[in-house]
Amino acid sequence: MPIITFEQSNGTATEVEVADGGNIMRAAVSNGIAGIVGECGGQAMCATCHVYVAPEDAASLPEISESEDEMLDCTAAERTEFSRLGCQVRLGGATQQLRVTVPSDQV
Amino acid sequence: MEQRIVIIGAGHAGVQLAASLREAGHRGPLSLINQEKELPYQRPPLSKDYVAADAASEPLALRPESFYAEHNIDVLADARVDSIDRAGRFVNLGTGAQLPYDRLVIATGARNRPLTCEGSELPGVYGLRTLDDARALKLRLADARRVVVIGAGFIGLEFAAAAKKRGLEVTVLEFATRPLGRAASEPLSSWFDAEHRGSGINLRCNEGLERIEAREDHLQVTSTAGSDYVADLVVYGIGVLPNTELAAESGLSCENGILVDELLRTSDERIYALGDCANFPLADSSERVRLESVQNANDHARALALTLTGQPTEYRELPWFWSIQGEHRLQIAGLCAASDDAVLLGEPETGKFSIALFRGGVLAAVESVNRPADHISARKLLSSGTPITASMLEASASLKELARSTPIPA
Repeated sequence: MPIITFEQSNGTATEVEVADGGNIMRAAVSNGIAGIVGECGGQAMCATCHVYVAPEDAASLPEISESEDEMLDCTAAERTEFSRLGCQVRLGGATQQLRVTVPSDQV
Repeated sequence: MEQRIVIIGAGHAGVQLAASLREAGHRGPLSLINQEKELPYQRPPLSKDYVAADAASEPLALRPESFYAEHNIDVLADARVDSIDRAGRFVNLGTGAQLPYDRLVIATGARNRPLTCEGSELPGVYGLRTLDDARALKLRLADARRVVVIGAGFIGLEFAAAAKKRGLEVTVLEFATRPLGRAASEPLSSWFDAEHRGSGINLRCNEGLERIEAREDHLQVTSTAGSDYVADLVVYGIGVLPNTELAAESGLSCENGILVDELLRTSDERIYALGDCANFPLADSSERVRLESVQNANDHARALALTLTGQPTEYRELPWFWSIQGEHRLQIAGLCAASDDAVLLGEPETGKFSIALFRGGVLAAVESVNRPADHISARKLLSSGTPITASMLEASASLKELARSTPIPA
């Protein structure tokens, strides 16, 4: 199964297994990862599952859709070129390992 | 002294409150009474993704099971409260046990307004609110071909669009003159009316439900216009009723919900209410409202957690909502009123636009279709405390530009 490593701003890291096709937000919420809220349940409506993906993993992920792009402009923590909404990034296929950093703020 | 806090109800509001209380430093005993057997779960996807053909079969839990133990939250599952003893400060559980409290929070939510016509209890007629509802419905959807939806509100239309996407024949009966009439402006209603019809949904306004009859292998739905519709299943979404019985029976003031003040306190200073069941004073307004939304539940919970841990916090958050109607993402910031002046932003033909609603010359709400940036900017503007006029908006290239140039208090 694909594995996501969630890194917190204080340096602690947690590894989480994800079902094939599962997304980052769902994996985080199901495993109680602090700092990922997912208030809308995964519909790219609330921008509270913002993560920074590791630069080396960013290119292999599916492209950012228009609605994800617009919502990323509205995150509580600053958007960078590695920002994604966790609910919009599914794992599986070529993406078996992913490292993400959880921002300091979501709401 | 460490207070004992009991929360009745484990929907979005109750669960968020329990989590926020621990975050805010509440260390005393904390009980969460869950009427359902399930681990508390996300409700919004039930009428959207969950009923899609390719959806995950399990809903998303609000928190993992381990969360409650780790945070020392005592979850009583499949439990109910029979009554509140305000003098003795305890609740009577269905099991006969008593649970004492220092502070009690009522987060009982709302339930579907039931159909009352002939045939409303027939098998194949479903409401859609709980996971049990959604599971039963999903099962039945697998071999249904024709569905009749009663009510063109958010839930009814979300479900109608999801059913249409699955290839079903969909009829929607709405007794009012337009869809989404209770929650949206007139121009937004007419855009969605055209959009849903265009996708092949038979949306019938000015046509209510008269009765449902069982035929040999289907249901026959008769409308108030005298038309008959054939259905393999009927889904209704005609609004909700706040669950106020427990509060009312214990003598708390209720009127379209449990009446609370700006601290979300009921007429008993040890008892609070929040979320769908609470009727609260809207900030900077003389109005009271009762809102049914995830935002309202969560933000109420965050404010109340502070109040209950020694930082009295008046509730002042801007209401916002979202809905997924087929391919379209609808987001609403603020509360619209029938008398608002609508200003259109963008071109509806492109499927991306917003409607800015002005009341007394000042921006009161913004409805956005497939324009998330407008929505978020509107939330910032409407929360800023700066009155936004139509001419300020006209002078700006977009809501986003205006939000950038408007001072936002920290």
